[in-house]
Amino acid sequence: MIRRKKQKINNNPFYDPNLKARHTSAKRFKKFTLTSLIFSIAFLGFFLFDIIGKGIPAFHVAYIQVDVTYNEKSLDDTRFAVDKKYRDVVSRAWLRDIPLLVKENPNFMNTTLTTWVLADDQVDQYLKGHNHKLKENEIAFVDELNAQGLIERKFNTIFFTNGDSKIPEYAGLFSAIVGSILTLIITMVVAFPIGVMTAIYLEEFAGDNKFTRFIEININNLAAIPAILFGLLGLAIFINLFGIPRSSPLVGGLTLALMTLPIIIVSSRAALRAVPDSIRQAGYGLGLNKIQVTKDHVLPLAFPGILTGSILGLAHAMGETAPLIIIGMIAFIPDAPSTVTQAATVMPAQLFTWAGMPEGMYIEKTAAGIMVLLTILISLNTIAIYLRKKFEVKW
Amino acid sequence: MIANDNKTKIEVKNLNLYYGVNQALFDITANLYENKITALIGPSGCGKSTFLRCINRMNDLIPIVKIDGQIIIDTKNIYDKDVDEVSVRKKIGMVFQQPNPFPKSIYDNVAYAPLKHGIVRKGKDCDALVEYSLIKSGLWNEVKDKLNQPGTSLSGGQQQRLCIARTIAIKPEVILMDEPTSALDPISTEKIEALMLELKQDYTIITVTHNMQQAARVADYTAFFHLGKLIEYDETETIFVNPHNKKTEDYITGRFG
Repeated sequence: MIRRKKQKINNNPFYDPNLKARHTSAKRFKKFTLTSLIFSIAFLGFFLFDIIGKGIPAFHVAYIQVDVTYNEKSLDDTRFAVDKKYRDVVSRAWLRDIPLLVKENPNFMNTTLTTWVLADDQVDQYLKGHNHKLKENEIAFVDELNAQGLIERKFNTIFFTNGDSKIPEYAGLFSAIVGSILTLIITMVVAFPIGVMTAIYLEEFAGDNKFTRFIEININNLAAIPAILFGLLGLAIFINLFGIPRSSPLVGGLTLALMTLPIIIVSSRAALRAVPDSIRQAGYGLGLNKIQVTKDHVLPLAFPGILTGSILGLAHAMGETAPLIIIGMIAFIPDAPSTVTQAATVMPAQLFTWAGMPEGMYIEKTAAGIMVLLTILISLNTIAIYLRKKFEVKW
Repeated sequence: MIANDNKTKIEVKNLNLYYGVNQALFDITANLYENKITALIGPSGCGKSTFLRCINRMNDLIPIVKIDGQIIIDTKNIYDKDVDEVSVRKKIGMVFQQPNPFPKSIYDNVAYAPLKHGIVRKGKDCDALVEYSLIKSGLWNEVKDKLNQPGTSLSGGQQQRLCIARTIAIKPEVILMDEPTSALDPISTEKIEALMLELKQDYTIITVTHNMQQAARVADYTAFFHLGKLIEYDETETIFVNPHNKKTEDYITGRFG
């Protein structure tokens, strides 16, 4: 018998000459997969680090202590409310709101109050060490004020209470948040019942025939259609055909509902399909009819899955920008909409607008806005997981 | 076929069943007797479960199934056009192979269907019915203190008895059992068998089983199916001791199947 040398020496009955190479290749494979994981974590980490690094400064903004004079002259031209040397370092937008302030507090009239006034965005950027356009003398003045402790950085409430503004330090996310909420309410009110009902029909009632298979394929394809096409559809149908006001949360919500519908249908069907058939059999075996079996026995079991799918669909809709651009939700909206037919914008669209602005403060606010959006999305997903766990029936 | 003075509960006449183009049951004719246990035996795929599911029209749930022939219960053919399948299933309860309690409390498992059928109203009547059904199924002493716990928290054997209680609660006349013990351990199986013997006082029971000993132990009558045909149907003793058909003998003695 011809044997290789190694085998002769080795009297281990479990010896396999190929094994070493196989183990090596398995290890190599493991390393490849691990490297991919590290790459993706690194990308994600870098992204988060960058966003948080850029966004955190936006949550604080500089205020300057100034004597503000409230009188006829300053109400007429608000620049006269502060001393001449301060005019270039405090926020013009803040000064413009003085008449409003006096209207709310009539006793301010004809007084001079020492007030923390919002600083100009360039001052703020200078203090944060970012790019700025301050002149030499302004820099000297700001430094002097800073040394006297007359400049303070406070929490940026304006970011959460103001709408958009062309003056960077006065721009906030509020109207976009309200717009997003109204839009998503419309989306859910429309997409959830239609989606779940469709799924119930397809899963529980429709037989397996050419027609239902055709619908099924189309729904699955719909879930993969580029979002911008839904925007075109919304433009053509809701705005041009039905005459719903453009830029409104109503039309945005309906468009996003179209986009979310396939997601909800697909996930609801999967949830319904996961309900063991024995439950239906048990129900029918007791002489129950379709609605009793579906509503009281199948739906409760499928509900956690349906809910999870719907919330994820909602989160998806919330982060969507492309279709909303087409239907005009990328507008300049300083005031939050109070009804669903007023012009509105949504968070991602607001971020898109800000991202195109040259001023440093908008860049900062874009990053901060992304942080807010991400926080909301992560919260939604957490709620989805929580609800699934809560309503899950132990089997 | 069988000469005796038993009262016929279910009269099956020339029953043929097709799954699409495949015929699954061929010309079944048999009389099933009241207050007796009839066991359906035969190798897998012989059509015994299919036959069982014809009796309460469960096969109607499968769209491709086509049935001709008659099943006459209380002088009415249940496949007549004016018979609603849902009402058939109310009169003919069914217990399945896998215990399948609803994901609800033990109480609700039993009470749900009677409430929906309007047999009882919520309250005392319903409590009484639940208690009666659970006593009948021999589960009462084990669950009376935890009626609000989920039905799925019970053991497999208890779950199966809960399913029987649930079936009893709708006051059926016939109980169909599709391999009711095949997912259970021997001790639970014994309990279910004892229960079947007790229940036949009040109900007509048709059971499918793969367990020959079980058929021999509990059944008054046994029907042997093979390839969709009813090969032999007789008193259990005759089938097991003195079968007329060679195939029956081969199957009983374990030569095939």
